Amino acid sequence: MARETRAFDAVRIFFTGVGGQGTLLATRLVGEAALAEGISVTMSEIHGMAQRGGVVESSVVIGNAFSPTIPDGEADILMAFEPLEALRALPKCHAQSLIIANTAPIVPFSVATGQSTYPELAALHGLIKEKVSNLMWLDAVELARKAGSERASNTVLVGVLAGSGRLPLGKSSWEEALKRTLAPRIVGINRQAFEAGYAFSRAGGV
Amino acid sequence: MHELLQPGSERKQLLLGNEAIVRGALEGGVRFVAAYPGTPSSEIIDRFYQLAPEAQIYVEYSVNEKVSMETVAAAALSGVKSLCAMKHVGLNVAADAFMTLAYVGVKAGMVIVVADDPFLHSSQNEQDNRFYAKMAGVPMLEPATPEEAKAMTLEALALSEKYQMPCMLRTTTRVNHCRGPVALGDLPGNGSPPRGTFTKDPFNLVVIPMVGRKLRLALLEKLSRLQAEAEQSPLNFTVGEGKWGIITSGVSYLYVRDAVRDLGLEQRVKVLKLGFTFPQPRAVMRNFLRGLTRVLVVEELEPFLEETVRIVAQESGLRVLVGGKGDELIPKAFELDAAKVKRAMSNFFGVSYQSPEVFSIPQLPQRPPNLCPGCPHRATYYSVRKIFGDDAIYPTDIGCYTLGILPPLRMADFLICMGSSVATAGGFSKVLDRPVVAFIGDSTFFHAGLTGLVNAVSHDHRFLLVVLDNGTTAMTGHQPHPAVELTPQGKVQPKVNLENIIRGCGVARLATVNPLQVKKTQDVLQDLREHMHEPGVSVLISKSPCPLFENRMLSRKQKVVFEVDASCDLCKKCLEEVGCPAFVWEQPAAGASRIRINAALCSGCSVCAQMCKSIKPRRLDDSKGGNQ
Repeated sequence: MARETRAFDAVRIFFTGVGGQGTLLATRLVGEAALAEGISVTMSEIHGMAQRGGVVESSVVIGNAFSPTIPDGEADILMAFEPLEALRALPKCHAQSLIIANTAPIVPFSVATGQSTYPELAALHGLIKEKVSNLMWLDAVELARKAGSERASNTVLVGVLAGSGRLPLGKSSWEEALKRTLAPRIVGINRQAFEAGYAFSRAGGV
Repeated sequence: MHELLQPGSERKQLLLGNEAIVRGALEGGVRFVAAYPGTPSSEIIDRFYQLAPEAQIYVEYSVNEKVSMETVAAAALSGVKSLCAMKHVGLNVAADAFMTLAYVGVKAGMVIVVADDPFLHSSQNEQDNRFYAKMAGVPMLEPATPEEAKAMTLEALALSEKYQMPCMLRTTTRVNHCRGPVALGDLPGNGSPPRGTFTKDPFNLVVIPMVGRKLRLALLEKLSRLQAEAEQSPLNFTVGEGKWGIITSGVSYLYVRDAVRDLGLEQRVKVLKLGFTFPQPRAVMRNFLRGLTRVLVVEELEPFLEETVRIVAQESGLRVLVGGKGDELIPKAFELDAAKVKRAMSNFFGVSYQSPEVFSIPQLPQRPPNLCPGCPHRATYYSVRKIFGDDAIYPTDIGCYTLGILPPLRMADFLICMGSSVATAGGFSKVLDRPVVAFIGDSTFFHAGLTGLVNAVSHDHRFLLVVLDNGTTAMTGHQPHPAVELTPQGKVQPKVNLENIIRGCGVARLATVNPLQVKKTQDVLQDLREHMHEPGVSVLISKSPCPLFENRMLSRKQKVVFEVDASCDLCKKCLEEVGCPAFVWEQPAAGASRIRINAALCSGCSVCAQMCKSIKPRRLDDSKGGNQ
């Protein structure tokens, strides 16, 4: 199907996750990297429910575009910090989108109490892959643990994004973003997490 | 140094819209700030509060928006540049002050930031506050981006100084919580704490009717000068060219720019972007309309600009087709986005637009926000339901505890606004023969509950008011309130004693419990219930600090977690009656089902162990294992 003449020189990245996963920090890292690279950037965040286990969504739009938000079907990249939320956000994507999804589930309360069922990971993977073939499906928590801290799984996912080559941002801009965004004592561990994600991506996302 | 106090530089910083407003205010010399927090405006007062000692400015978390506006007005009247900020519904609370402050005016710049919340991301309605500017006769600016938010804060201060009246800066969630590059200008030199001067002038400052009449005429005269100001303002500008037009303001402008480009209409559609939106620049609109055949007005919520555009077109006898809300092209409800604007443009201008295919997904388990593990509100709700059951009516109020609406707690029957729990409980009690138990948080009680309680006592309303006292304004990010005891310096005597205030209102019965002590709490509730056939208002203060806040303030280490042992008979009451998010129902494909407590989430509050013998504590060595 022919899509209308979209701004080819802008990249729209949609972030989704669960309160406490550090999605807003990841959003900020991408924004700071774009700023360091001298590329126009605008971001949108929704605050308020982050601490209480709800879904947290944000967006970064890089390049020649004005809107900070992303309509359905227009996200070029989906950064999903949780596999169920990856599927929930699928309507944001189009067939050529890149999806980077963490496979470590956070079980919603309705599932924990037995009122509903968490879909099988393989089923989630299948439903997403059927619509969007460009999918990086990884256990970011495990990669972060190997890099030194589970808490840095958000930075692992940013590393995967950086390594995907979809963004016109050099390594030095990412380094600058890490330094500008994080407290000095956690830059080191996050750099390792970033590199782990970056390497994963460069190896073809496997 | 606070990041918003850095010296001016060409290198742009990524700032939230709210941070850009703070920076603009600082660059413009604001020295006095007051606000009650409310999403999406809270970061404004929070950032000011963080940087106040360093910047030597006065910052206070006021008890409500009306108080904040009055406090700030006095400073501005004394020649100190000032700012107050509130969410949209906060202006309802402050409206009494707002409407007449427009008459009396100020001596130094005063900015009133009003943050609307289209789509009700975290609000009870999506009222369009632009009408308040029109109703009061107060000039209004509407930014679209963080960069504009900073520039317009400076402009609002300048306008306020020039016309000696407050100026409204109207934002929406997507401006407040948009983060974008902002260039930092220079800050005025750091001074001493703000001092003002006051010249007595009662026949201009005390609004008795004869003064009000004079000031009303003066306001109309100011508005006619402001009309000319709006017509000249560079905040209203045109981009593009063509026989078709779009008039827009705020964040909608960004959607319009993307839509025009995506549809390839740069040579056919010109856009009038309005930043100075009250008084509405009618001459600017007229000049824009002239020569155009079709004009679409793109704005969120109400047809505030559109109605004026239609009037201007009619008055000028222009044969231009105006579209907008009236034609149901641009929805009134909820937020716009670039796709909605493209669809509207496609229909209105008759150009083709193929909406992107939107993938469908199956029904998925929902993930609503929930009261945290260890939240004392949950314990209170559990005990109140045990004693008062399903028959009681439970008016509630605004805060984290409103989440008690969700199953399994289901402890919310009525809510309209801040403080409504108390007065509506009184009304219910007068017409219903059912027990009424109202819930209100400590911060909300100070904000708008106190007057309702005095009213209830004086009219013999008969209900139980439960004050959920977690020692902070939790929902908006743990801002202090008058009875705060926990501070970064440790535990302090509260400035205002909640119990004394409530006793002073003359309530018939007052008790204080720690809801984490389940049996004691239920005994007290039982006793209060038995007395409810007697006249008068009963109050239960359910006092236990928000654990997130307590951990942050006192950096307390958790000592125990709780576990379900082998004696569990799977009655599932813990899941069905308490609903703590740390509980997990496990149904393995092979083997027996069981209930488990996620140690990484358990806060060690012990409420579950008090209701079930199969739940036992386990001591923690030092740091808690696991992470989400």
